[in-house]
Amino acid sequence: MSNPDPRDELVTHLPALRAFALSLTRNRATADDMMQDTVLKAWTNIEKFKPGTNMRAWLFTILRNNFYTSRRKLNREVADVDNVFSDKLSVKPDHDGRLQMRDFKVAFEQLPDEQREALILVGASGFSYDEAGEMCGVATGTIKSRVNRARARLTELLELDDDEALELTDTATKAVVGGTGTTS
Amino acid sequence: MTSRDDPKKLKIASFIDENLKQVFSDLERDEMPDQITDLLTLLRAQDDELKVKK
Repeated sequence: MSNPDPRDELVTHLPALRAFALSLTRNRATADDMMQDTVLKAWTNIEKFKPGTNMRAWLFTILRNNFYTSRRKLNREVADVDNVFSDKLSVKPDHDGRLQMRDFKVAFEQLPDEQREALILVGASGFSYDEAGEMCGVATGTIKSRVNRARARLTELLELDDDEALELTDTATKAVVGGTGTTS
Repeated sequence: MTSRDDPKKLKIASFIDENLKQVFSDLERDEMPDQITDLLTLLRAQDDELKVKK
């Protein structure tokens, strides 16, 4: 029996890889360039992938290393942002949740790269703090700190400390996320 | 730091993560750009060519 080709698995991670690229770069053209480079590197170095380990983590690591190397080369902290998140509003349902989701996306785009990355890895992609630390080449505590600072900043920007605001936002968000809630 | 015994902070963290998952899921559903599908086609063709040569 032949072993499965890891390249077949690689292809299944591409939608998540692109979402990660978009969330990191906040620019479609840059994200697609980063992704192209990552796919090429991963494909041509597939023998370096250890079967049984997390391929998504491996791909994300290649992409984020490309991103930070490129950022250092350009010697700039501020990226060209094309509002890749907030411009997707047209596909959202037209109710209260629309504005809440827009607020969230706009606030998220304002986070520093490292905090946005940590929050995406842990909060959205389901990686553990340890895994995220390994992927980013930093200690687990550093990732925890970045995630906490990112959450604190979002809390501040979205005024989530206000109990009433959180209740209202919660209802609206559930309507958007699950399609099961109602907005009145 | 989010404390385990601080329900409000946990609720906020959960709210943020829920929104993030939605944003990430939206982005995952984006159509794959042509430059990536073209690249995959090219890489597969090269692999097939190498297999034939072997």
